[in-house]
Amino acid sequence: MAETIPSGENSLLRETIAVRKIGRLERFLGPENYRILTGLLKTPASILGFVLIGLFILIAILAPVIIPPVTPNNPYKIPRDGYSSAPRPMMSDWTRTAPPLPFWWKPIMKTDHWVHLLGTSQGQYDVFYGIIWGTRTAFRTGLIVVVATFLIGVIIGSVSAYYGGVVDNIIMRIVDVFMTLPFILAALILAAVLTPRIGASLYPAIIALIAFGWMGYARIIRGDILSIKERDYVMAARVIGVKDSRILFRHIIPNAIFPTLVLASLAIGDVVLSFAALSFLGIGTAIGYADWGQVLSFARNWITSLSTYWYIIVWPGLTLVLFVMGWNLVGDALRDVLDPRMRGKT
Amino acid sequence: MTTYIVRRLLLVPVLLFGVTVLIFAMLQFLGPVERSALYVRDIPKNDNAINAIIKQYGLDQPIYVQYWRWLVGRTVNGVRKGGILFGDFGYSRTASQPVVDLIRNRFPNTLDLTIWAVAPVLLVGIWLGVQAAVHQNGFIDQAARIFSIVGTSFPTFVFGLLMLMIFYAKLQWFPPGRLSDWASQVVYLSSFHHYTSLLTFDALLNGRLDIFWDAMRHMLMPILTLSYISWATFVRVTRSSMLETLRMDYVTTARAKGLPERDVIYKHAQPNAMIPVITLAGFQVIGLLGGVVITETVFNYPGIGQAAASAAQQLDVITVLGFALFDGFILIVANLVVDVLYGVIDPRVRLA
Repeated sequence: MAETIPSGENSLLRETIAVRKIGRLERFLGPENYRILTGLLKTPASILGFVLIGLFILIAILAPVIIPPVTPNNPYKIPRDGYSSAPRPMMSDWTRTAPPLPFWWKPIMKTDHWVHLLGTSQGQYDVFYGIIWGTRTAFRTGLIVVVATFLIGVIIGSVSAYYGGVVDNIIMRIVDVFMTLPFILAALILAAVLTPRIGASLYPAIIALIAFGWMGYARIIRGDILSIKERDYVMAARVIGVKDSRILFRHIIPNAIFPTLVLASLAIGDVVLSFAALSFLGIGTAIGYADWGQVLSFARNWITSLSTYWYIIVWPGLTLVLFVMGWNLVGDALRDVLDPRMRGKT
Repeated sequence: MTTYIVRRLLLVPVLLFGVTVLIFAMLQFLGPVERSALYVRDIPKNDNAINAIIKQYGLDQPIYVQYWRWLVGRTVNGVRKGGILFGDFGYSRTASQPVVDLIRNRFPNTLDLTIWAVAPVLLVGIWLGVQAAVHQNGFIDQAARIFSIVGTSFPTFVFGLLMLMIFYAKLQWFPPGRLSDWASQVVYLSSFHHYTSLLTFDALLNGRLDIFWDAMRHMLMPILTLSYISWATFVRVTRSSMLETLRMDYVTTARAKGLPERDVIYKHAQPNAMIPVITLAGFQVIGLLGGVVITETVFNYPGIGQAAASAAQQLDVITVLGFALFDGFILIVANLVVDVLYGVIDPRVRLA
């Protein structure tokens, strides 16, 4: 590393040549992508965002330690403490089907039986359990949808941009058609049609979110590829007779993919939000499945008495807001970094 | 300009075709038996009845035949039956009426709600955005910045539920639903004329301020829920676009030749700064038509969004697809209007 830095007493040299260490990560990512990455870690807002995201990752990983499942082979089933419909307040005793006590319970809570930390919702579903295990559901659905939409978007967008002409025109019109319907309505319909086919589970909503979520990535990567395919090194590859698929996958996509990749990884917040909206509307998971939208939807029958039962919307609502805000804060910083007018102003 | 509009108009049939194919394709996830079983009331479901429906509606025909029949209907004894192009979107099992009638009953309510949600944003939100840009880092600017980060992180249904908790359950200021009982009785009287079938406007035209006020009281929470994200985005986008425009050379020129600052801002800068705002307005129409699904469900407001959501919950596929078709048609027109407006405002677009 030391050899790359010019040395000697020549002051003119030191002033005119930027003397800067170039780390291994920067070498690997390239200067532009490295700038994006470091730009994300600079503002307090985006750091707060990363902290929030980290916290939720921790909760998701530690879920069995925080509140051990009552039915270990189906941990996503929220345990019910009875069947009466009216919610029960926070810190009320857990009489039936209480989960096993985790090691942290006794030292902190000073008792040896479970209470409903955040109360129960309609049908005696424990709110705390739903929130903690719902974090896993959130990450699971978020990751599946983001990876799938990203792959579909990148493949369709890059084929469209690389071949151009008629192919590009047809593909972009298909994208237009998919974008015509309002996203949440389209996803609602597809999930509703799929549910009788494949049963009430996470999958109807996941498939619906994938089917109507890939178009944004296709458009972005298409734009990036359109500019990169005019570069000299692509021309050079073409001149020496490299196959189309190899040029596309080895030369163009690796150079164009990074902004789309970062954008996709930050879309988890939006995906989780849409998923929660769908299950709030009653589409997708079976009743009692640990997921935030479902826990919130229990509140729909208690609108007139929400001043008494405030905990059935405030806690799951706050969880969802903090989760989405974490991703939005990072995403906001990203938008600033990706803005072409900001380039070169690190 | 003419070529631009013609080229844009040629796209409309393509999009219409695409949307109908997409919706018809979604219908295909249900097999013929499942689709016809939806309309057999006897339990246990009668196989003969199901087969009769399959035969009658040709659900055993090849897909392209079914698509064509779905599109233009069929002729029985010289009378045309069905066909979405002729306004027959099928029969809603859950609402026990034709889907088109359901839409006709519900859409005015949704339109009423969206007009009141959009108009203040367009009028005041854009003005706020211009002010935020002119007084950069001033009070409006800072408030808009914080509001937009918090606002975009708030899911519509959480926001709506919180509104209900505070203003309905706790303070009892604003009720959900559409009208109070006394007001809905007045509205059904023959002396109340339905000029526009938009309730608030009819109330005004009938000179019934009490009914207008009652309708508004019911609509205020849905309006806020539907539009708080629009407020944030409109102010932000107008602001950044305006800031960029104010740095242009022609703005400096206008200032240099001694124009009053007001003319510089409102005559020279603002019209050009509106181009991205118009794009945003187009997206907002799409967003609102999606947003009403959740907002209307939370507040139990009788519009098309609530009807679509409750039909979807009861797996009434025909009804939901009818709403999708209707929304699709509206949005194709809305996109067309936005694109043409683009051409009117921005010479770079119409000459491209």
